[in-house]
Amino acid sequence: MAGVSRLQYTTDIRMIRGMCSGRVDLEFVFRAFANGMDGVFIGGCRLNECNYITHGNYDALNMVLLSKQIMAHIGLNPARLRIDFMSSGDGILFTDVVDEFTRQVRELGPLGQSDGKDKDGIQASLEDVRKLIPYIKLEKREKLASRLENEEEYDGLFSPDEIETLFSDVVSYYIDPGKCQACMICFRKCPVEAIIGGKNRIHVIDQDICIKCGTCYDVCPPKFGAVREISGEPVPALIAEEQRIIVRKRRKGVAVKK
Amino acid sequence: MEGEAGDFNVTLTTKPRYIVEDRCTGCTTCVEYCPVQVPDPYNQDLSSNKAVHIYFSQAVPLVTYIDESCLYLKEKKCRICEGVCQHDAIDLHQEPEKMEINVGAIVLSPGYETFDPGLRGDYGYGTIENVVTSMDFERLLCATGPHEGEVLRPSDQQHPKKIAWIQCVGSRQVVPGGNSYCSGVCCAYTQKQVILAKDHDPGIEATIFHNDIRAFGKDFERFYHRAESLPGVRFIRSYVSLGKEIPESKNVTIRYDTAEDGVNEEEFDLVVLSVGLNPPDSAEKLAAMYGIELDAHGFCKTNPINPIETTRPGIFVSGAFQGPLDIPESVFTASGAGSQCGELLNYRRGKLTEERVYPDERDASGEELRVGVFVCHCGANIGRVVNVPDTVEYAKTLPNVAHAQEQLFSCATNCAKEITDMIEEKGLNRVVLSACSPRTLEPLFRDTLREAGINQYFFEMANIREHCSWVHSKEMEDATEKAKDITRMSVARACHLEPLQEIDLPVNKTALVVGGGIAGMTCALSIANQGHDVSLLEKETDLGGVARRIQYTLDGLDVQAYLHELVREVYQHPLVHVYTGAVITEATGYIGNFITRVQSERGAAEIKHGATVIASGADEYKPTEYLYGEDDRVLTQLELGEQIANGEEKLINAQNLVMIQCVGCRQEDRDYCARVCCSHAIKNALKLKEINPQMDIYILFRDMRTYGFSEDYYREASNKEVKFIRYEPDEKPEVEPTQAEGRPVLRVSLPDYILGRKLAIDADYLVLSAAVIPAAGNKNLSRLFKISLGPDEFFKEAHVKLRPVDFAADGVFLCGTAHYPKHIPEAINQAHGAAGRVLTLLSHDTVTVSGSVCDVVTSKCMGCGSCISACTYDAIEFRKTRDGKKAVVNPVLCKGDGLCNAKCPTGAIFLKHFTDQDILSQIDAAAEE
Repeated sequence: MAGVSRLQYTTDIRMIRGMCSGRVDLEFVFRAFANGMDGVFIGGCRLNECNYITHGNYDALNMVLLSKQIMAHIGLNPARLRIDFMSSGDGILFTDVVDEFTRQVRELGPLGQSDGKDKDGIQASLEDVRKLIPYIKLEKREKLASRLENEEEYDGLFSPDEIETLFSDVVSYYIDPGKCQACMICFRKCPVEAIIGGKNRIHVIDQDICIKCGTCYDVCPPKFGAVREISGEPVPALIAEEQRIIVRKRRKGVAVKK
Repeated sequence: MEGEAGDFNVTLTTKPRYIVEDRCTGCTTCVEYCPVQVPDPYNQDLSSNKAVHIYFSQAVPLVTYIDESCLYLKEKKCRICEGVCQHDAIDLHQEPEKMEINVGAIVLSPGYETFDPGLRGDYGYGTIENVVTSMDFERLLCATGPHEGEVLRPSDQQHPKKIAWIQCVGSRQVVPGGNSYCSGVCCAYTQKQVILAKDHDPGIEATIFHNDIRAFGKDFERFYHRAESLPGVRFIRSYVSLGKEIPESKNVTIRYDTAEDGVNEEEFDLVVLSVGLNPPDSAEKLAAMYGIELDAHGFCKTNPINPIETTRPGIFVSGAFQGPLDIPESVFTASGAGSQCGELLNYRRGKLTEERVYPDERDASGEELRVGVFVCHCGANIGRVVNVPDTVEYAKTLPNVAHAQEQLFSCATNCAKEITDMIEEKGLNRVVLSACSPRTLEPLFRDTLREAGINQYFFEMANIREHCSWVHSKEMEDATEKAKDITRMSVARACHLEPLQEIDLPVNKTALVVGGGIAGMTCALSIANQGHDVSLLEKETDLGGVARRIQYTLDGLDVQAYLHELVREVYQHPLVHVYTGAVITEATGYIGNFITRVQSERGAAEIKHGATVIASGADEYKPTEYLYGEDDRVLTQLELGEQIANGEEKLINAQNLVMIQCVGCRQEDRDYCARVCCSHAIKNALKLKEINPQMDIYILFRDMRTYGFSEDYYREASNKEVKFIRYEPDEKPEVEPTQAEGRPVLRVSLPDYILGRKLAIDADYLVLSAAVIPAAGNKNLSRLFKISLGPDEFFKEAHVKLRPVDFAADGVFLCGTAHYPKHIPEAINQAHGAAGRVLTLLSHDTVTVSGSVCDVVTSKCMGCGSCISACTYDAIEFRKTRDGKKAVVNPVLCKGDGLCNAKCPTGAIFLKHFTDQDILSQIDAAAEE
């Protein structure tokens, strides 16, 4: 209605169309900031007025509440992210909200100006957060899908302490080269193909690709127990390519067992 | 109009618009230059418009017309508009056009008029400035209204702080010029206006003067509570009279009278008259022209067992010409009228349709990207603000763009042809159109791509009109920059678009109707009359449902005779297959292809069907209060009706009979109004008075909700000395068995608020208006057919107003009291409506499912199940594979909201056409310079 009614508003906003605000991914928000956007606005239908049975705007709200806490955690001013709920008929509301938000963001200035860190620091943190998004989605999946009944609950959905723990508890997965039997199970099951390996080649995890889902840890046969969870200390460097070959001793025995 | 059902000849005269519709682009340049200012009837004459104007901002078509205030039409002067129109769209010499058409059926939907209080000067309307009608207020509240959504009162254009609403203006009155009936919609719209007014300005004090709040519609009781509980909102039960206009402030005083405080006079800044509904002005003319009869109130005379029929075969009525109706009911009748036309004309269905043939689709998968960018001027709409040639030049510099050009009107036939030509000539395989909102025209342009033989999902619209030129009309440079950015983002996205196929599912052309009451049978017959097999399931051993316990309706319909006839028709219809004693054991499938397993008196059956109708009815509440079940003199209204029909001597000779309304509803655990009980009570009271005029009948009520024409019977009952006594929910009547004058009685005591003392009535019979409650089996049906229940456990339609007989689950429809309590004619209206919706599905051989649905890259799926819990349509399930459980999407059930996509940690599940890559490419492109 803002368009049809020709209501004038700021030219500072670029819009991206989605079919439901619930489609907005954590990655969209953090990618936008990483690209240097100074503010991100999400518009969804009014709560409880979904024309379907989806009510995806609650999912969007949860995602925003989580994002704001993460932003605070990494020193990015949470006021740079805003969600509002309105119907397609609320043209005036839309322009009011967008004008107000851009004014606020202008006051905050470019990233790093009114945030807890300078621009480079924020960029580095954003990169770190973006790598962890799959892990965050997994850890917080129940809360991300919850339906808040009243506004008081919004504030408490995610707490700063919880985010602190979320980040301090991040584990990395590491395959102990001494234990790996190159059985290929984790190699095959890894959903993001982060495991480098092959037949008779000790498997290693490419930490840049790994999304910390723990699938490898879960599927590694207990008799090998090769996958380790590491937290609070650096992950050991990958062993050199030429050291990865496994020389099996009782190859026949293994074959018979099969 | 002449002819008969199946063959009518209608002569239509189209008034000249003085605008060539195909040339006008809606740019409104003519409106700017037109010198004639006239009051705008669309805004209740509260603001002005020009002689040439667009009727309102969402008008279809969105083009101008010239009205009779035009200087040229009046005095042959001016003609400025002709000069300023760049499209040669003004034609001041247009003449009325006559057209003859031959049709098989006619639907009359002339709507209604609002009551005009100006005729009698009700409450000073027309003389006192700050007295407005609810329609005036509606416009004041609206963003497209006279003050752009600011509520300003007429006298001084200030924000009113104290607003009074007066209900029943023109309704529920037998004085000349008024309407005796209840208009049915005013209580609800007033509450809406109160809530909206409080939204605009939370400081507003709102006072509603009413005589019964009639919140009888679905979820209306909750809505009433919402309005009532807002701070500063008072609902006052009182007749009112207008005091005076205070000369200095132009405020208005209202005199009212309450039992607690007596007579009061209070001052308000603004008074809103909640005006009722009148028959359309054209009613009599229509009646004469179409040879139909009107009822006593001047609305269309209809058949109680088919309210969509007029008195003339082949002519149907939908909407408020039936009588006062709200939006959902109007929509039922609209679908229903469609269905009845179908019944009449089914033998020639499809005779006038032509199938569209498209060229074969080119496989572009191996081709390098070649994006074509078309930038539309939209006449002056875009071109006047955005520098279009600049934008085109810019587009040419973008990666993968093989062609860019401007167009005057992309939507014009010649420009669309130009797009198809360019696709072929330049070998384009992606098309970006920088023009308007995809909401209206995306389907048209997808079609253009199909015409050119490339996949329709290779199309992307960049909205540089609604999102740019219209909203930044004064900032030409910034707007041009923005248009370039939007275009760049769209080009980036277009590069990732994948060809998608829409799935054509075969439709099994039969229906299953669950529930053999009046609604279910009516719906089944209407579908069967249009040539489709229908399986009709009834859980009892006999058809008829609750109607088997109803003898007659308030307006005198013999329900048993009607029911008997209906059951006979159902059994005799070769296409209706009845399953009595039916229990559904399993329901699977989806739109067009359902499989339902049923255990019935006919044994076990597996029914395959394309559409499902839920018409499972409702139950009567079994009271636990007022000695019901303990004392056999305490009956429900249905039991009373049965006893009257059986001629129970003791009952008929009773001296005193008391009825208590709202038993089991309008309370915390069942917070809704059961809608039918007030009329039922009146019906039974009138019958008893007819048999035994000496009987004293008392009806203890909270609000009498005899909406619509039933109000006349309420008045009749009152005239026949049925006594109506109001009670409050926190001081409910008390009942005890005792003796009086030597006879055993039930003593009913309650406070009388008018007399201000406690009343005791010694009754021989106590009749409880027990609520209509959702059927016990609703939960089970909801689980079986994956359809949702509302907060009161009645079935929840897809959209209260827009899709009131559909479920969110495609191919499943709803009618009758399973939706909400309703009277027999209302259930029949809705049953025809559901049949109409079923036919829109069954009349096609296939149903097309969008290509923009979710899919899974199985190797990336880690089986966490986040997507499954995110999906509200049960479209995703796990399938066991060698590598563990993996999510699989049923594309037919998927609605393409993409919630699962946002939850998936690995990116395994993705929403086609809105993939992470699609959207991230736009996010990245937005940041580029």
